[in-house]
Amino acid sequence: MRARWRRLLSNVVVALCAGAVLLALVPLALVLFYVVTQGISSLSVAFFTEMPKPVGEAGGGMSNAIVGSLMVTGLGALFAIPVGVMSGIYASEYAGSRLASLVRFAADTLNGVPSIVIGVFVYGIAVLPFRQFTALAGGVALGVMMIPLIMRTTEELLLLVPPTLREGALALGATRARAVFTVIVPAALPGIITGILLALSRIAGETAPLLFTSFNNRFFSTDPTQPISTLTVQIYTYAISPYADWHRQAWAGALVLVSIVLLFSLLARFATARMERLQRGQ
Amino acid sequence: MPTRPPAASRDELLFRAGTGAFALLLIGIVAAIGVELFKESRLSIREFGWHFWLTDIWDPVAGEFGARPFIWGTLYSSILALMISTPIALGIAIYISELAPQWQRRPLVFLTELLAAIPSIVYGLWGIFVLAPFVRSLQLATPEWMRDIPLFSGPPLGVGMLSAALILSIMVIPFSSSVTREVLKAVPQAQREAAYALGATRWEAIRMAMFYARTGIVGAVMLGFGRALGETMAVTMVIGNSPQIAWSLYAPQYTMSAVLANEFTEATSDLYLHALVEIGLVLFVITLIVNVVSRSFIWSMGGQGSSRFRWLRQAAGARA
Repeated sequence: MRARWRRLLSNVVVALCAGAVLLALVPLALVLFYVVTQGISSLSVAFFTEMPKPVGEAGGGMSNAIVGSLMVTGLGALFAIPVGVMSGIYASEYAGSRLASLVRFAADTLNGVPSIVIGVFVYGIAVLPFRQFTALAGGVALGVMMIPLIMRTTEELLLLVPPTLREGALALGATRARAVFTVIVPAALPGIITGILLALSRIAGETAPLLFTSFNNRFFSTDPTQPISTLTVQIYTYAISPYADWHRQAWAGALVLVSIVLLFSLLARFATARMERLQRGQ
Repeated sequence: MPTRPPAASRDELLFRAGTGAFALLLIGIVAAIGVELFKESRLSIREFGWHFWLTDIWDPVAGEFGARPFIWGTLYSSILALMISTPIALGIAIYISELAPQWQRRPLVFLTELLAAIPSIVYGLWGIFVLAPFVRSLQLATPEWMRDIPLFSGPPLGVGMLSAALILSIMVIPFSSSVTREVLKAVPQAQREAAYALGATRWEAIRMAMFYARTGIVGAVMLGFGRALGETMAVTMVIGNSPQIAWSLYAPQYTMSAVLANEFTEATSDLYLHALVEIGLVLFVITLIVNVVSRSFIWSMGGQGSSRFRWLRQAAGARA
């Protein structure tokens, strides 16, 4: 009797766990379903090539916002990649040192800072002193968010490089710097690049840190010292507006954003799967 | 120790200093965030002191700044989200790491982590146009006698605490479930085998593993809590943005991050701006504490490093 009860309970819990998985997939399916169906009906070539139209005029696109998003993300990467990669190299080369554990701690901390708080921080250091919202400030905000991701990715991947490669380089008389930059980093490079691209695609979907750094711009601008329109902030503006036309544009923007993120996630998944296979092969 | 030629040691020194400088820069940024937030909120701190966090009136026009409703909204929405998401996240983690057949694992991990990949703004958009109307119909369908209970009172707006908590829980699930999965992976296989050898059922063996991993699981849930506290866009779009303290799930309320998103560019006076930055400062400190505590729990389990590509995948979830 008791054994039956125990088996029954076990089966119920197993079923509940499977149910939890299905339950979590429902919102995922719903979000993707709405983004695709609502987005696709409003997506057209014009969305990528035309400027936003004023309220009441149908059509128009978000060309300025797409260029703006690329630019702000690019500026962020420009600043985040050197800092992230170099500190990642430090953390893996001097893994046992006190500075390495401190920088690891700092990166994890930074990773946990709410994005809106990073926006406030960058407002204080890059907007307030110049009394001007700028694309550059938006880039700094996104850069700050990318750094911990890039640093930890670099560190983890460098530690995966087989020690025999390093020993070979050192045996040939290379200094540590030379071994790192000509042998170890190149060996891990495909993984590092994948990680960076993944981080970029994720950070490109950020809105909160841009609200009061790069702000928004109704015009086409590529000037880093001026406010700039971005896809995410534009979606936000449109979503909370009362106009049906703008809502459609917001859905189209969401579809573009989700496609980018999805594409990069899939790419990264294949890349990591391949690397894991290579790793096992060795 | 063999002595190195001087050229090599100079080279080494240069390398260490060069890369170390960037590491210091990273540490400097984190420190700078704290310093800057403190500096830009000093007017408000000096003017209101502790009073700021104990007052309910937020009326920038009249120069009254009381931040209690925001603290309330942030904590209430995050705790509700945790109550909804924790059982689901644990179920997912258990299913994937203990129960699922091998061929299901990778796809399921990918799908649940996709939940973390969808940008916050997209959740917000979906929240406004799909979730909030659904919650509104739920409110309309609430039977009369239930509406007398404070938890369900209020007009049917759709936007409000329940919508915010639901969307937060969806966003938090991938974090707590993936960390729980890592932690369960760190439980020695012998634990489970011993349980089975003593005649345990599947659930009893899992419970044993969960007991072994309890600190790490608490850490995983706390990590999700930290995410929920700081989440901005999706919450801002569905919580209704009304600074009031209410138990009602249907009442529009406000959070710390939402008030920053909405009012920061409209801050007309220095005092107003400093009051907002002070909210940011406290949000920073709270999430910092939650994160550090949760990470120390997870580390104590040795979950760290058990999966080598964790960071590549997590470059993923990354951000709220």
